[in-house]
Amino acid sequence: MTQATRTLTIGAIAVAVAALLPLVLSTYQVGLATEVLIFGILAMSIDILAGFAGRTSLGHGAIFGVSTYVVIYLVSQGSSPVFALGMGILASAVVAAVFALLAVRTSGVYFLLLTLALGMIVWGICLRWTQVTGGENGLRGDIRPAILYDHKTFYWVVLAVTAVISFAIWRFVRSPFGLTLRGIRDSESRMRSLGYNVPLHLFIGFTVSGFFAGVAGGIYAFFNNFVSPSTVALAQSVEGLLMTIVGGVGTLFGSFVGAAAIITLENIVSSHTERWQTVLGITFILIMILAPEGLVGKVRALLGRVSRSKSSVS
Amino acid sequence: MTTFQVLNGLTFAALLFVVASGFTLIFGLLRIVNLAHGALYLIGGYIGYTVGVKSGSFLLAGMAAMAGVAFIGFVLDQGLLRFVRGNDLRQVLLTLGVAFVLNDMALVIWGGDSFTVPIPEPLRGAVTFFGIFYPKYRLFVLLVGIILFILLWLLLHKTRLGALIRAGVDDAEMVEASGVNIRMVFLFTFLLGSALAGLGGLMGGAFLSLYPSADAEILVFSLAVVIIGGRGSLAGVAVGSLLVGLLNTFGQVMFPELAYFVIFGPMAVLLAFRPLGLFGKAT
Repeated sequence: MTQATRTLTIGAIAVAVAALLPLVLSTYQVGLATEVLIFGILAMSIDILAGFAGRTSLGHGAIFGVSTYVVIYLVSQGSSPVFALGMGILASAVVAAVFALLAVRTSGVYFLLLTLALGMIVWGICLRWTQVTGGENGLRGDIRPAILYDHKTFYWVVLAVTAVISFAIWRFVRSPFGLTLRGIRDSESRMRSLGYNVPLHLFIGFTVSGFFAGVAGGIYAFFNNFVSPSTVALAQSVEGLLMTIVGGVGTLFGSFVGAAAIITLENIVSSHTERWQTVLGITFILIMILAPEGLVGKVRALLGRVSRSKSSVS
Repeated sequence: MTTFQVLNGLTFAALLFVVASGFTLIFGLLRIVNLAHGALYLIGGYIGYTVGVKSGSFLLAGMAAMAGVAFIGFVLDQGLLRFVRGNDLRQVLLTLGVAFVLNDMALVIWGGDSFTVPIPEPLRGAVTFFGIFYPKYRLFVLLVGIILFILLWLLLHKTRLGALIRAGVDDAEMVEASGVNIRMVFLFTFLLGSALAGLGGLMGGAFLSLYPSADAEILVFSLAVVIIGGRGSLAGVAVGSLLVGLLNTFGQVMFPELAYFVIFGPMAVLLAFRPLGLFGKAT
């Protein structure tokens, strides 16, 4: 069995198991599972850049939230949900393209700073442009179509979309284009001397990543029926990045593990204290010090050590 | 723009200079992008506010703000950053985690209300010159910015310590190889940079007021200043602060709701031509 068929088989099993979840989970837990899927897509979109192009973005929360804003704004203005979703995703891709135009020439810490600053500008605009964005109060609208009103139906639809999107992203990073991105991650100068247009590849990679973040943000609009500046705030980008890191940068589907871990943690913490932000910060600090390769990577490394020591014993 | 608005821009630039010079010193020498810098600014402001209200002395408030924030900087550097030395990305993300914790702790201690640091009696009111009526305090901020620029310039260019810092910005390993304890220079710079954030918090807290998201706002401006000016350059910070301060004021007058957008333009143009900023040097 090749690596690819193995991944696809495991993926299909995972989707099948996920599809059965609503039969055993409570309404509230199905809501959480939906959230895990949505943020899993966001974390994957961050992973396209972090894991495959070697660029850590702190602006993806803003790109995600732009789509949420557009969808809620358009639907409450009377547009059809499908049209609004399309426009939301388009808006995110355009914002990502603008970010990309500025950021493709930078790398490492500079890339991080620039995406951070750009994301904060989006946040600042959402906060101040009260006429359109509702300022600090945000926009509220019961925008979810009636056929998706049932939480289980909504979950299954989101799951189907997530499966398609995950497959698309997986194909994308395995395509010749994705391999070029990996080449850029490993050695930019080598790819340049081989004749690849490095900035163009990064630009397209960033825009595609923004497109997927926009898909997540658009679905989130229908899930949450509410958007406020905190949806585009730095905390959103940070949470997304943390999910990617916890799941393991470059693992792609680890994003769902990361999203599940962070969302579960958030819910446990929030039921006991209002200090989620502190816990998020401390989690970030601990992961950076103890397990920068992510929990999945950490567990894998530990297992590897165990199996190695076993085999050395035998 | 009227003279009044230009002065507003200049005084805001002076405040940005105070905050961003600390940021760029740390960035330039230690290669640490301290994203907790905004949170240090906010906490410095809050400490200054509390001490200022309790003691009634602006000077004491300033000293407390600088010392308190320098202490937090000490804990951050020695207690946390030591574990991730040498890895840029992990350092940045760690300071981001610290920023979240500090911001939330500030919310616990000082609550969500907005505060204004009390201005000392001699600096209250306004002066009239060239036919305009301008608040004394804001001129004082401008003065502090200029004095700080001169002091930092003297420190960096006329003292042995400054020579070590400049040498460290260019090549820390060579400085260490020549027998200097560069760790101490690093620590001093980190404390100085943090203290400047605290000072900025006090200065800014008296005319921009302090509230839970003020740290994020000042951080964006500081980032813009450093992105425009380039890492580790005093002249870069000064020019960057002037540009960002004036553009922001201009933006607020012209497009009140999209003021943020106006600092974005020059950053974009600049990055297209100089990805490392006006005065930035490649490492």
